Order: sequence, then C-alpha cells, then structure tokens
Amino acid sequence: MAAPASMASGRTERPPSSLLNDPKIRGIIYQVVTALVFIALIYFIWTNTLENLRRANIASGFGFLSGRAGFDLGQSLIAFSSDSTYARALYVGFLNTLLVAFTGIITATVLGFIIGIGRLSKNWLIAKLSTAYVEIFRNIPPLLVIFFWYSGVLAVLPGVRESIALPFGSYLNNRGFAFPKPVFAEGFWLVLAALLAAIVLSLVLRRYSLNRRMATGRGVPILWPSIAMIVAFPVIAYVIMGAPLSFDYPVAGTFNLTGGSVVGPEFISLYLALSFYTASFIAEIVRGGIRAVPRGQSEAAEALGLRQGYTTRFVVVPQAMRIIIPPLTSQYLNLTKNSTLAIAIGYADLVSVGGTILNQSGHPIEIVAIWMVVYLSISLLTSLFMNWFNSRMALVER
Amino acid sequence: MASTQTSYVRTQMIAAEPPPPGVTGVAHWLKTNLFATTKDTILTVIALLLLAWYVPQMLNWLFFDAQWTGTDRTFCATVVQSGGSQPEGWSGACWAFIGSRFDQFIFGRYPIDERWRPTLVGISFVALLVPLLIPKVPYKGWNAILLFAVLPIVSFFLLVGGVFGLRHVETSLWGGLMVTLILSFVGMAVSFPLGILLALGRRSPMPVIKTLCVTFIEIVRGVPLITVLFMASVMLPLFMPQGVTVDRFLRALIGFSIFASAYMAEVIRGGLQAIPKGQYEGADSLGFSYWQKTGLIVLPQAIKIVIPGIVNTFIGMFKDTSLVSIIGMFDLLGIIRQNFADVSWASPVTPLTGLIFAGFVFWIFCFGMSRYSMFVERRLDTGHKR
Repeated sequence: MAAPASMASGRTERPPSSLLNDPKIRGIIYQVVTALVFIALIYFIWTNTLENLRRANIASGFGFLSGRAGFDLGQSLIAFSSDSTYARALYVGFLNTLLVAFTGIITATVLGFIIGIGRLSKNWLIAKLSTAYVEIFRNIPPLLVIFFWYSGVLAVLPGVRESIALPFGSYLNNRGFAFPKPVFAEGFWLVLAALLAAIVLSLVLRRYSLNRRMATGRGVPILWPSIAMIVAFPVIAYVIMGAPLSFDYPVAGTFNLTGGSVVGPEFISLYLALSFYTASFIAEIVRGGIRAVPRGQSEAAEALGLRQGYTTRFVVVPQAMRIIIPPLTSQYLNLTKNSTLAIAIGYADLVSVGGTILNQSGHPIEIVAIWMVVYLSISLLTSLFMNWFNSRMALVER
Repeated sequence: MASTQTSYVRTQMIAAEPPPPGVTGVAHWLKTNLFATTKDTILTVIALLLLAWYVPQMLNWLFFDAQWTGTDRTFCATVVQSGGSQPEGWSGACWAFIGSRFDQFIFGRYPIDERWRPTLVGISFVALLVPLLIPKVPYKGWNAILLFAVLPIVSFFLLVGGVFGLRHVETSLWGGLMVTLILSFVGMAVSFPLGILLALGRRSPMPVIKTLCVTFIEIVRGVPLITVLFMASVMLPLFMPQGVTVDRFLRALIGFSIFASAYMAEVIRGGLQAIPKGQYEGADSLGFSYWQKTGLIVLPQAIKIVIPGIVNTFIGMFKDTSLVSIIGMFDLLGIIRQNFADVSWASPVTPLTGLIFAGFVFWIFCFGMSRYSMFVERRLDTGHKR
C-alpha cells in the first residue's frame, strides 16, 4: 500500500486532466466498458433466445430427458431399448464414448511408443518405415481415416454367410467382429481374487527386494517369482473351483451368426482410426522426449558401468517421461474429443445420440449444454489426473 | 636457416592408403545400418518380408490393375456385381471415377457456366500467395494487404455474385476443394489476429478482461469441434433477433473461426511467455506505450518463436475442415462421400478409390505446409545457437 500512496502524493501537483493518463484509472475504465459490452451481448442473446423459443413453442428445461426415446442404439454396454428414456440413451452414449476413448488411448500409446522408438532406431529400414508412418497419418484428417476403415475396408468384407473364420472361434464379416463371449459361472470370483493376491504379493516382493538392495546392496530375484505367482495362482483357483469359465461361441447359422459377442463395424473403424491417427502424434512426442535427454546422461551412465538396459530404464526413460507426459495428456484429450467423429458413421457415442435427440425433441440448448459439461469435465478430470501423475514423475529439486 | 638439413622431416608425401576392407561401400553400409546386431537382423528381415508381401499388392491395386478410363460403374465392377465388365476376382483402383467427377470434387455443385469465377479467385490466390512465401520477392507489405484485405472482398463478390451483373450463386451450391480452401483460409486469417488479442487479454493484468479471455479459451478448447459447429449451426439462429437469418456457410465459418482462435491464442501465449522480462522493461524504459511495446518489441519476437506451433495449428485447421461435412456441407471429403451413393458409379472399389484420392489431396497440402514451416524456421533462426 505504501508505494501507490507515495505515487499518488507525487501526482498531486499535476493538473486533474491527467487522471485519464493514470494507467490504473484507465484500466478500470477499460474493464467497465468491456464488462458492459459483454453484459449487453449476453442480454441481447438471452432475450432473443427466449423470444425465439416462445415463438417456436419450445418448452425449455431438462424435463424432456425423462421422455421415451423411441429409437434403438446399435451398440450399448447396458440394457437399452426404444422404450428407455432420453436420459438413459445419453448415458449409453456417454459409456460408449468412454469405451472407445479408453481402448483407443491404450492402443495409440502402445503403437505410438513402438513407432517413436522405431524412428530413433539405428536400423535404417525400421527408422524409415516409422518416419513414413508418422508423415502419412499426421497429414490426413482423422475423419478420412475413419471412413477409410468404415467404407473402404470393413464395408467390402464378405457378408454374413461367407464370414471369414478367425482363430478361437471368432468371425469377421461386414456386420462386425463376432467373438466368443466368456460366461462366468459361480466361483469365478476366486480366480479373480487369486489374480489380485498374486499381483499384491508381487508388489510386496518388489518392495522387499528394493529395501534389501538398499540395505545390503543385493536384492532377491523378483521377475520370475512374480510371473510364476501371477500365472499359477489363478490357474490353481480355476482348477479348485472346477473350471468356472466357459465360452459362448458364435455359430454360423443360415442368415446370421448366433451367440457370442459382436462389435459392430462402427466401433472397429472408429477405434482403429483413432488409434492409428493419434499414434502418429504420440510417436513424435516420444521421439522428441527421448532426444531431449542430453547425451551426457547416457554417457555418464555408461561411465558408471551401467548395462545398456539399466541405462535406458533408470537414466534415459525417467528423464524422457517428464518431457513426454504433458503433451501426451493433450493427445489423450484430443483422442477423446476426436471420438465425437463417431457421428459421421453412426457409432452411438454421446454426440451422436445427442444429435438424434436434438433432431427428435428439438432442445438444442439443453443438448449442447450437456455435451459441453460432459466434455469439459472429462478434460478437467484427465488434466487433474495427469498433473498428479506428472508431479510424481517430476524432478525432485533441492 | 633455409639450408638447415632436417633429415627427419619427410619431403615426399606417401599416397593415401585405401581404407581397410569392410569400412566403406555398400557392404559396410548394410552391415552398420541393417544387420548390426542379431536383433537388427531379425527386424530387418521381418520388415523386408512384410514389404515384399504388401508393396507389390499395393502397387498392383493402385496402378497396374487400376481402371484409368471409363464412363460409368460397369468399368469398375466385376461380372458378378450386376453388369460389370471386369473379370471375376478383379480388384483395383477406379481412377476413372475420379476423372469423371473431378470438376465436382473441385467446385461442388457450383453452376458450370459460372465456374470461371472460383477459378479466377483460385488463380489470383496462388498468384498472391506464392510471392508472399518466397523470401526474396520484394513488396511484402503490399502483397499481404492485397492477399488479406483486397482478395477476400473481391472474392466475396465474385463467388457470391448478385452485383455487377454476376449471377447470384447460393452458398448451398458451393462444395468440394473450394469450400475446404475457403474455410481454412478464412479460419487462418481470422484466428491469427483474434488469437493474438485473446492471448494478450489472457496475460493482461486487468481481472475482468483476463477472466473473459481465460473462460473463452478454456471452454472452447475443452469441447470437441463438432459441438462448436453444432452450436454455430443450431444455436446461432436462436440467438439472432426475429427475421435475421445467418447463412449456413457463414455459420460454419463463424464456428470454425471461434474454435481456431482459441487454439491460436494458446500457441501465441506460449510465445509471449518465452519473451524475457527484460524486453518488456526495456520497452517501458524507452517510454513506449502498451501497443508500441507489444507491436514493435514483444510480438515480433514471440511470433518468431512459435512459428512451428502456428503452422501446426494451421495444419490442424485444414484437416478439421473435413468436419463440416457432418453438419451438412459438402467440402472435399463430403462431396466425395456423396458420390459413393451415386448409382452410376457404385462399385466395391469406388469408396476406397475416392478416399485415397481425398487423402492424397489433404496430405499434399498438410505436408507442404509442414515443410514450408521447417524452411521458415531455419531462415528465421537468427542466432543464440552455440
């Protein structure tokens, strides 16, 4: 408070006209004007909208959500029929969005890391192939990749009668991919519990080994015991409970495949396109991240006598990850947002379902508001999680 | 001194020895680049096998087995596919389809007699853009004014018509590559200044302006482009007073520009943040006003830093124009897809051919932009490199 007061006292000798030249006063004037213009704009839009809605006889509010949907959805993770409500339809769409985003993010990450590391490979052929992949997929619209899979590849697959038989009793035809559906009998929970126990025990073993290494310089082997536990525990539980898992295989009938689970071509093409497209961006991020680790770091690790694998695992990757994670987050968000392209091929995601409801019931404002709230929350939650993850990975500085 | 005998200094040079065998030539290159380790050898062999399997198939499909000429679907369908002329089991690209619909892919349903107008706009656009992109050509200022101020106005009257005896052409007839290019040009031209303003606003010390800018940027960046386009196409008419209608094309343009501005603002903010505080203080000590400081000292440096980001945003925008086909407009991808439903060309290979063509066009533009940005980056890299 002292500084402005002294400044103000210094100004007392100036003529009052210089009040306009005071940056503080001017700032206040600018802000008041901006706020007034903004409020006027909102008022203009608000009154017009109310007037237009009244004229079109549209009741606003979210009451319409409990009305009967009257349409079917191609794919849903929960029970849904045309008698369900609009709200449930939106919920199905939301789950479908999450499904395609989640599976897409995992595949894109794996593919992107492989290709990004491939671009840095000393093997000329692998490096060139990875570069070609990145340059091709980065420079074409994701929508086009979706159509490529949907109308170019999946739509020209043979019909149901000439389904292509794949291993494990699954089939591929122009109606999608049919695969055996696991049927969990009673007692399957024990298999899951055994798996969980094995994972927990492995983690405990790892912690024990680490402590021992810190204390004595010598750890205990962890890799093979962990793998053995993770494989053996569920198998033993499976045998004890008398094989509580069976499969419902799809059977080729005269007109259609019966039984099994089917994922439609919409999901497959959206999933493949999003994964392939985003992988090209992730590859570039990974390459940039690894290259940003100074050469001196790996040289120093070599000088300390660390093996190649240890150098990568304990020196290069932890430092590269710090650079990779923030842009990786925005790619995950981009993938989630690009999943709205589902509407172009009719995969029932949130936007696609919302669009149908919008056309049927005519509540544009409410539907767009729901979209915005959902996507903004997804963005916010993802960035919160990634910030937390990032802060864990960040360099601990003095 | 000169006569001093130094017997241990060589007076005759020995001819250079050839390098030891195995460190030069093709064999050495193969050894180090393809077969250095066992792992490399396995990877190389797998990659070579995959290439040997797929590349001939692709080349066959794209070129050797492709149908290059033809007037309708019979040229691209097999005998069993109701009335085709190709032998059973044939599959190849149907370039004849692209050839016969090429004009439509460029102009959409723009009246054929009036197509000289978009052609003229296109030619003058290229004629103004190329000298602007070549660094050696002088008069950059006038060139930019012509391209960004005069050309849009002239193009507007030329394309829409209705004045100077030109026939009025509805925007619903526009389509094809023309729409893609117009959308991206307007998006870029609007988003750049608007993005600068938003970025400056976000860094402003005035809380009201800062809050407005942050809210706008974060909301637009947090939602998918589709929802912004839907909002522009469905809600914009609701916001207008009774009797005011906004053209469909204009609505898409508005939605698109809003979206692009928010992304551009974040890119430019990155550049603003990278400018050292001393630059601001230096400008202040010279007695510059806010706009002088921003326009003469800060922005030129900030924009130089973020050129790669700006071009990446442009590339993203160019690719995103394909989304307008979802709200019922026919850009390049939209018009190609519309033609899949055309009975006179329907065949199993038509969609794939059309999509590969569209992909190629998009790829050329995006790849060209990214290469040009690399070139500019290298040119503007005026120092600080040790």
